[in-house]
Amino acid sequence: MAILTEEQTMLRDAARDWVQARSPVGAFRKLRDSGDGAGYDPALWREMGEMGWTGVIVPEAHGGSEFGYLGLGLVLEETGRTLTASPLLSTALTAASALLIGGSEAQKEEWLSQIAAGAIVAALAVDEHAHHAPEKTALTAVKSGRGWTLNGGKAFVPEGGAADLIVVAARTAGQPGDADGLTLFLVQGDADGLTRTALKTADSRGYANLTFKDVTVAETAVLGEAGGGWPILEETLDRARAGLAAEMLGTAAQAFDVTLDYLKTRTQFGQAIGTFQALQHRAAKLYTELELTRSCVEAALEAIDNGSADAGALASLAKAKAGETLHLASNEMVQMHGGVGMTDAHDAGLYLKRARAAEAIYGGASYHRDRYARLLGF
Amino acid sequence: MADLEAFRNEARSWLEANYPPSLKTPMTEDEAPWGGRKAVYKNPDIKLWMDRMASRGWTAPTWPKEYGGGGLTGEEAKVLEQELRRIKARPALMSFGVWMLGPVLLEYANEAQKKEYLPKIVRGEIRWCQGYSEPGAGSDLAGLQTKCEDKGDHYLINGQKIWTSYADQADWIFCLVRTDTSKKHEGISFVLFDMTTPGVEARPIKLISGSSPFCETFFTDVKVPKAQLVGALNKGWDIAKRLLQYERQNISAGGFGGTGGGLEIEDIAKKYVGTDADGRLADHDLRARLAAHRMEAKAFALTVRRVEQELRAGKGLSPATSIIKYAAAKLNQDRSELVVEAIGLQGLGWSGEGFSPREIGETRAWLRSKGNSIEGGTSEVNLNVVAKRVLGLLDHQ
Ligand SMILES: Cc1cc2nc3c(=O)[nH]c(=O)nc-3n(C[C@H](O)[C@H](O)[C@H](O)COP(=O)(O)OP(=O)(O)OC[C@H]3O[C@@H](n4cnc5c(N)ncnc54)[C@H](O)[C@@H]3O)c2cc1C
Repeated sequence: MAILTEEQTMLRDAARDWVQARSPVGAFRKLRDSGDGAGYDPALWREMGEMGWTGVIVPEAHGGSEFGYLGLGLVLEETGRTLTASPLLSTALTAASALLIGGSEAQKEEWLSQIAAGAIVAALAVDEHAHHAPEKTALTAVKSGRGWTLNGGKAFVPEGGAADLIVVAARTAGQPGDADGLTLFLVQGDADGLTRTALKTADSRGYANLTFKDVTVAETAVLGEAGGGWPILEETLDRARAGLAAEMLGTAAQAFDVTLDYLKTRTQFGQAIGTFQALQHRAAKLYTELELTRSCVEAALEAIDNGSADAGALASLAKAKAGETLHLASNEMVQMHGGVGMTDAHDAGLYLKRARAAEAIYGGASYHRDRYARLLGF
Repeated sequence: MADLEAFRNEARSWLEANYPPSLKTPMTEDEAPWGGRKAVYKNPDIKLWMDRMASRGWTAPTWPKEYGGGGLTGEEAKVLEQELRRIKARPALMSFGVWMLGPVLLEYANEAQKKEYLPKIVRGEIRWCQGYSEPGAGSDLAGLQTKCEDKGDHYLINGQKIWTSYADQADWIFCLVRTDTSKKHEGISFVLFDMTTPGVEARPIKLISGSSPFCETFFTDVKVPKAQLVGALNKGWDIAKRLLQYERQNISAGGFGGTGGGLEIEDIAKKYVGTDADGRLADHDLRARLAAHRMEAKAFALTVRRVEQELRAGKGLSPATSIIKYAAAKLNQDRSELVVEAIGLQGLGWSGEGFSPREIGETRAWLRSKGNSIEGGTSEVNLNVVAKRVLGLLDHQ
């Protein structure tokens, strides 16, 4: 555990208490069973806003608390523990980061203040296929009159169905595959020509496929400069990856805790199954992985807070490591519970399903191994 | 050898004449020919195929003819299997009776029991389920508590089973019960009874994959005729263990049935991940892991073949058989993970718009595959057995 400031400690403790009281896993299960397409509970989301979680990385000038990414990561870790489904990552970390990095003063004033207040849901729309590949953006934006016209599609946009504001990566020059020629746009969720199809996924979160048909936006909707979207996008994605890794760390840690408890309480052959060395070593290895992962996640978040040059590599490290650890933890959770772990009534399946989705979003371990190697120059 | 070729020709022409053309499409889950009194046949040819095969005893090819079986030698059965595969025939009958119960009845049951139960299994008339696991007795199966009392002219059974696959679909159950509470393994008996007997109740349990193939099964004052005890009283554990051998052997032989709808894993990956200019999978990291998996799969197939060859050559059961179930489970789980990874987020759909039925099928199959290392005895228990029995590594005393 990183050495936390007093504010950070308070934030984490508050998050821990709130999650236990208001958003245990049972709340997520209920949401899933309700079949509600939004993928989150608006009442809980409102409470998050009231507690100031939506403004943790937002500057005080725009109504935030400026506690930084490590602070927000601590909250996400706690919500990840109980699979709390909310637009917190998408709105208060990902979209807010894009605005912080690339936004004009006017854009920040307009949108960051609303994000900090918990007044809107925001999303980042990058990928167009089932695999993360930001440079393959094909959705086009063409200059038209005093603005731009967008055409194309986006796939699996987290909170894309509920978002009031969508940061859209579009191609204004070059070919899919080129990093150059991308531009980011701020598009409102109710824009004419935008169709959103909510998806029913295994992890029961709110994703949507978006179709843009002649969606027109004003020149003021460009985030950063036309053609200069890539560096903003990459930096935004790195922050999103680190934030998601923090959530995944919490999910893995909870999967582990529940499993550890079962090892101590389930008896077979007249003894707790945790007395079998075959399981003891696997639990100990999983614990080792969790500790390694925590270091990576915290280092990535701190690097973002400090503006370190290695933030990108650390974000890839954190995302890959968290992915592998959560993969293992979720599999072990099912296996070590035996038959009961295979039942829908048990939580293991919920963790397993969330694990694979979180692993894939913003690039899986193989994507980030490749990126890590490139960043290291080989 | 000439005889075998004659058998092959005969089997081939019979299959060509008798395999219903409407079954040439891949089998869907709701078309699985489980038989039994409750079966509903979407397509009457499924039943026709079962009946035709059963009329020759080929739903249980090596069982003796007197009990309805095909009376084939091991070699002939192998040929029949090859010929069935050649025409890509669907299974005529899927059956716990054929795979698990029948073989132990042949070995342990009395003549009247064999005559009563085996032909109905061959014909797919009675569907069986397996009442082994209990809430407190999974890996430690011999810790089972379901009570069976001698009431003079019948037995009285009280207790609970769990994870009973298809208990709600089955007609009869083969069940492990406790007939002596003063001993562990020597207090277990093996009984058969009708699931419609008063006091039997099966409640489906939903799996993480969304389907409900197994149940909690409750017995309240269930009266069972004494003639339905197999083997001697308190000698059921040997039968139970032998049946588990058949179960594991069967699970392994058939793999775990991850079909991928006929597509090989590399084709799926190419479709969703794309290829580079040289035709290699664009994601080189995934490519290396897929190649490693394909090699494992080949190594596994070669091992299964070697075990079979040694068995046929009369060298007995190879020690390698002990690793087959563990390896098969791992292989199928690895495959499912790789498929879902290759399909990406498109492989994590649950229902509705945006996902093809095949994609959703792969997602569900991936979730179902997690049970492979639990059902039929967990992988840990399997490895414990290998370590102790095969390698002689005993617990420290
Ligand atoms: C899909 C599915 C279908 C099934 N169908 C049937 C059926 O038709 N009929 C039936 O009777 N049962 C059925 N089962 C039950 C299955 O046989 C049991 O779930 C299994 O034997 C494990 O028992 P358990 O669930 O009680 O787990 P437990 O025995 O409680 O095991 C929990 C964990 O502890 C581990 N463990 C236990 N003992 C040891 C040890 N000594 N050393 C190391 N690790 C250990 C296990 O491997 C597991 O990881 C089915 C199960 C599944 C998942």
